[in-house]
Amino acid sequence: MPARAGEAQGRAVDAALRLARAEDATLMPAYLAAVPKQLPLECAIPNEAAKAMPMLEAIEQRATGQGVPVDARVERGRSYRHALSRLLEHETFDRVVVSATATGAAGLSGDDLVWLLEKAPAEVLILRPDPKDQRVVMA
Amino acid sequence: MTRGRYKIFLGMAPGVGKTYRMLQEGRAETVAGRDVAIGYLEPHRREETSEQARGLEVVPRRKVAYRDVEVEEMDLPAVLDRAPQLALIDELAHSNPPGLEHEKRYEDIVDVLAAGIDVFSTVNVQHLESLNDRVAELTGVRVRETVPDSVLGTADEVVLIDLTPEALVARLRAGKVYPGENIQAALDNFFRLENLAALREVSLRQVAEEVESKRLTFHAPEPVGTREQQVASEVPQAVGERLLALVRPQPSSQRLVRRAWRSAQRLGTDLDLLWVKPPGKPIEGDVERQVTALRQLASVLGATLLIEEHDDLVAAVAQIVRERGTTYLMVGESLPRRGLARLREPLPQRLMKATPAGVDVRIVAHRGSREECG
Repeated sequence: MPARAGEAQGRAVDAALRLARAEDATLMPAYLAAVPKQLPLECAIPNEAAKAMPMLEAIEQRATGQGVPVDARVERGRSYRHALSRLLEHETFDRVVVSATATGAAGLSGDDLVWLLEKAPAEVLILRPDPKDQRVVMA
Repeated sequence: MTRGRYKIFLGMAPGVGKTYRMLQEGRAETVAGRDVAIGYLEPHRREETSEQARGLEVVPRRKVAYRDVEVEEMDLPAVLDRAPQLALIDELAHSNPPGLEHEKRYEDIVDVLAAGIDVFSTVNVQHLESLNDRVAELTGVRVRETVPDSVLGTADEVVLIDLTPEALVARLRAGKVYPGENIQAALDNFFRLENLAALREVSLRQVAEEVESKRLTFHAPEPVGTREQQVASEVPQAVGERLLALVRPQPSSQRLVRRAWRSAQRLGTDLDLLWVKPPGKPIEGDVERQVTALRQLASVLGATLLIEEHDDLVAAVAQIVRERGTTYLMVGESLPRRGLARLREPLPQRLMKATPAGVDVRIVAHRGSREECG
């Protein structure tokens, strides 16, 4: 997953911020990291962290500028869906905002989205992806 | 094939003389008998810079159509074909138009180095990804072209081109940086003295941390030989930093953790996070949720989360600092103090008094403090 700090995180962030501001809610940007099978699931992931931290920093900066409180997460899994599943298990939220993709390069695949609609105990807002979107989920 | 040597000239702002110095060193290499060619030069219509480039061979640029305009870019294949011993390639943070070999010029440079060609290049500190945010906060100006911090790490040498803010402003006023019609606007915006002073500090810190990081990557040998030799072999460890960040179970601590982790990464050292928990209070509800989040973040980052139950924050921190050999303490900005608490000495001062000499204390501002103050 390419990650460029300082660049816009795209429409998912904008939509999530608009919703959070309108509903006086807290934004929870969650970076999903896939951990290779040869590594323990709970191991440190400095390379992924090096992508996640600037991204979360940039989202927090934008959110703060709009008066939206932020409570970020980095969730690990064997796949992005697995990471999302773990996030859904132990966090509570009212709405999930996610980008779709046809290529798998950014956002979640069609299968992942069907799975998310079935499993998420919240409203799900699916957006057409921006080419610059990162694999990030807002709740 | 042996990779070429990579030297980066880093500056705090446009006009400090990075390109000039790169060309100067390139000329010195030519005089020393090396085959030097300019892969790309952006003289910004600066006479002194153009003068330094005079006489050096230039690999012609290629013309590329971009959004109905013809732009001139570095011709990577031509540089590789020319294969000088040393290529001078200005502005490594530049974004190439679509259709070229790479998206960014620093990626072009990777190919040039891989071909065994030495490279001198230039970049300003605000182009580094992790500093882009901070520099934007300091100056109100955000640059769009960024490069990963790891680019500096791949350089064999990073040379800081330092200039006092006053000297840079004098250069600007003398028309040595921008043409006359742009000078006043520059002075009123980016080139304010307070901006330049902050950028200079950021640049100096960046290079200091790079130097420290590189020094600590030299592995000390197994302790053999005399006692004196063993002590000498431990010196790099002994002078290395160890970071401790004071956190609380609340979302605002995450920013502090990110800052602390970035510093720890640059220094190549370990990071401890400490929450001093008031005694008797159970960890439940929102606090439990935030402690779990902090634990998770610490695990992702490879940091250690310590939870100490103590009724005296400063005493608890001082104890942990001694136990863990901390040299660098990071704390969040305190909330505004009210009532009698206003008479008490601020936390950073109390921490400095309670911890061993040599422990630095850094205060990380809350996001939004700048806007609130303004």
